[in-house]
Amino acid sequence: MNRDDFPILNGDFIYFDNSATTLKPQCVVDKMVDYYSKYTSNIHRGDYDNAIKTNKEYDQVRDLVKDFIHAGDSKEIVFTSGATESLNMIAFGFFKSILKEKDEILLTMSEHASNVLPWQVLERDGCGKVKYIPLDENHELTVENVKKAITSNTKVISIAHISNVVGDIRDIVEIGKICKEKNIYFVVDAAQSVSHIEVDVVSANVSFLAFSGHKMVGPTGVGVLYGKRELLKGMVPLKYGGGMNQSFEIDGSYVLKEAPIKLEAGTPPIAEVIGLGEAIKFIQSIGVSKIHEHEYRLKKYLIDKLKDIPNIVVYNKNSKSGIVAFNIKGVFPQDTSIYLNHYHIAIRAGNHCAKVLKEELNIKNTCRVSLYLYNTKEEVDKLIEVLKNSEDIFKVVI
Amino acid sequence: MDEVVRREIILDNYQHPMHKGLVEDDSYIKKNTNNDSCIDNIDMMMKIKDGVIEDIVFDGEACSICTSATSILIRTLIGKTKEEAEVVLENYQNMIHEIEYDKEILGELNVYDQVYKQPNRKTCALLPSKAAESILKESEK
Repeated sequence: MNRDDFPILNGDFIYFDNSATTLKPQCVVDKMVDYYSKYTSNIHRGDYDNAIKTNKEYDQVRDLVKDFIHAGDSKEIVFTSGATESLNMIAFGFFKSILKEKDEILLTMSEHASNVLPWQVLERDGCGKVKYIPLDENHELTVENVKKAITSNTKVISIAHISNVVGDIRDIVEIGKICKEKNIYFVVDAAQSVSHIEVDVVSANVSFLAFSGHKMVGPTGVGVLYGKRELLKGMVPLKYGGGMNQSFEIDGSYVLKEAPIKLEAGTPPIAEVIGLGEAIKFIQSIGVSKIHEHEYRLKKYLIDKLKDIPNIVVYNKNSKSGIVAFNIKGVFPQDTSIYLNHYHIAIRAGNHCAKVLKEELNIKNTCRVSLYLYNTKEEVDKLIEVLKNSEDIFKVVI
Repeated sequence: MDEVVRREIILDNYQHPMHKGLVEDDSYIKKNTNNDSCIDNIDMMMKIKDGVIEDIVFDGEACSICTSATSILIRTLIGKTKEEAEVVLENYQNMIHEIEYDKEILGELNVYDQVYKQPNRKTCALLPSKAAESILKESEK
């Protein structure tokens, strides 16, 4: 759907690497070019027309994000450089000062590096202990296993809403309920979910949520950190500078502004924030539930077709998102990816930054097809045809 | 070189790499190397005695080009003095980078003389030479 909005798709090119980054519709590109070519100015400082226009464009994105994730207040929305920065701010700006050595941080083995490494560093510094909630036989996270993993020392649960290799959709509403009952902080990495399924931070009782603009048809270099208002009050900035301070004196005293401004030192990525706003409008004009329905239908179609190819192993048949992880038996995933590129099909080969998942899948690297709104049944058919003829793969890649 | 022969040599060394499997032996120097731009990741171990490379083994996960190049490079280097090995590595790297090189001393490694046509695979072909180079450097310490 909406293929005409993506000029990059004109021609012989199939893009199946949407979990890495999505393509950008022309309206997002135009919106950013407009800022650069018609009213470039900094925010919150100028009294001239262009600066006033920039302020308006920039500030309204906070409201758009608030409504998009159903937050209660736009002051709960912090602009960051992406989900990675958001998750680092959560770990080092908030939890570092409150976690004691015995406190447990529950993750899963299928988390992305940016939701594992910051916690491992905290643990190394004596702030909390990282534990992994076991996954089920399909490598998915069940509410039952979350319940079982919780102990009286559990202080934080930090999980992806949709994992980026297995693609399982976690029941954050149920998990959020449990966290509320047990007084556990609930951190959600929504990088793979926010433009694919409905995200409601209030009904899921989320303490903090992180996502990136570029995985939701928006620009690179911008992301969001959502935090409950009272929690953001307690968050310490990791960056200090212009814009975020109320005052500072020669005697070393200083007063910071309130969140979210105190957490956004320096000139923010203005064009990118404005582009993110346009991306949200674009997604809303289609509707996330429609997007999910489309990509899940395509995934099921792809899985069904892959069954006919005997030398293909699929690792996540059951997950309900648009992600398919597979390998051709006896072929290194990078060779598969290079082979597909020969037919102008873009997929991803590797560990997908989920480096502890290998303990779970017993395989380090996979090929990943991640579908999105503009992918079609015909594109899946083309992939299947090329994979069916892959007995001559080495003629192509060597 | 005939394309079919070239492909057969590379494929044979990919599907049945020689000297694969690490050893428990302190007389070997071990190095891990990987590429930032792809997922090739190999461990190489080299035993040097009296300035001569007595043995090399490797293990890891890598693509057809990287795995086969490791297998062939190891066979080329075993039995050579460190100085001779350095000359092989320099010429091999020059070939991949399209710089003038001596075809004669590369032997079977000449099967990679077309890799430059696929720029993203140059790093795959170069990985084992990076590993061998860093081990030789380490052996100087």
